[in-house]
Amino acid sequence: MTMTVHVDIVSAEKEIFSGLAEMIFAPAELGEVGISPRHAPLLSRLNPGEVRVKVSEKESYPFFISGGILEVQPHLVTILADTAIRAKDIDEAAAMDAKAKAEEALLDKSGAVDYETAHAQLIQAIMQLRTLDRLRKRGE
Amino acid sequence: MAVGKEIRTKIGSIKNTQKITRAMEMVAASKMRKTKDRMQATRPYAKKIGQIIKHLAHANPEYKHPFLVQREVKRVGLIVISSDRGLCGGLNSNLFRKTLLQLMQWDNENVDVDVCTIGVKALGFFSNLKKINLTGQVGKIGDTPHLEDIVGIIKIMLDGYEQNKIDELYVVSNEFVNTMTQRPTVEKLLPVVAGEIENGVSSGHWDYIYEPDAKEMLDHLLTRYIESIVYQGLVENNACEQAARMVAMKSASDNAGNLIKELQLVYNKARQAAITQEISEIVAGAAAV
Repeated sequence: MTMTVHVDIVSAEKEIFSGLAEMIFAPAELGEVGISPRHAPLLSRLNPGEVRVKVSEKESYPFFISGGILEVQPHLVTILADTAIRAKDIDEAAAMDAKAKAEEALLDKSGAVDYETAHAQLIQAIMQLRTLDRLRKRGE
Repeated sequence: MAVGKEIRTKIGSIKNTQKITRAMEMVAASKMRKTKDRMQATRPYAKKIGQIIKHLAHANPEYKHPFLVQREVKRVGLIVISSDRGLCGGLNSNLFRKTLLQLMQWDNENVDVDVCTIGVKALGFFSNLKKINLTGQVGKIGDTPHLEDIVGIIKIMLDGYEQNKIDELYVVSNEFVNTMTQRPTVEKLLPVVAGEIENGVSSGHWDYIYEPDAKEMLDHLLTRYIESIVYQGLVENNACEQAARMVAMKSASDNAGNLIKELQLVYNKARQAAITQEISEIVAGAAAV
């Protein structure tokens, strides 16, 4: 039997995921991290991107977050996801990039790219850019 | 018939009042459902971040963040969360009574107080008080509070704490127990105190690996923590307000109903007395002829 670690993902609006997992991948600020059970305690900020929870060899759940905080304890992983995007958290270049990439993927219907995933990415990128615009108009 | 004209108008006006209170009761009931949902939706986040902070207080970091360090208390900061509007029973007055008791206690210990208020009612109350220093206020937030609404006053308090102007930070708000009960509570936010921790967490001497670095990370995390607690308090206070208003308006409608019943009785008696008197006068007149 493989080792598991308890994972909680919450956003400001609701609880997104709670359960046991074999491994978790998260977009930490200094690069993507993979966390196995009994990882050393870690605190990190998260970049906007994908959090992937591997529940078993065959099953894994992807989540999109627009930034947040990751806490790792040996038997407990907590991800606090931001959904309310705030000016400081937005990386405009990354959002632009994501938007372009997602649009490209949507055009490319060859089937290599998962349509749903690309669509979600596009929405997220557009949302971020829009928020940034709004914030800038407000004079931040 | 001229009898009981005043009573009739009085009944009419009470009926109008009753219509208003009943409408307010129904509005409050539907708003309460929404605010309660919102309160429950934001709870997991507040709970989780609270847990992380608790773990953090148990760690032995190489960098001691000022928010985690106890120091001698000369001045405290207080954030009071109240409602914007009245007509919600004793909700705000209970909260202010609790706050006053706490203020008196600090006064006895020669501790000064800086107050930030959220909500119009708290501003009205605290601007009349002497001895306290009002450093910030925000009001008219409405039924859907946003984090941006309260970021300003939190910044005032956190800056005050970092510059050693205040040595402790408290928040006073109503706790939603159930629809009938709301309890005013005083909660200490800073410095963060270590509480009980659950299983699955490192024990003994340990520290986190911080990314990018400890100071930046902890600044970010602790600010988020304070924001989320105050926000949660605000959302919860909103639910309390609607629940209290619903209950207050229900009892007002009931009281109006009782009043109408009594007045109707008085009116009927007066009318009957007038009729009886008229008949006896006619009978007496007929007998005299």
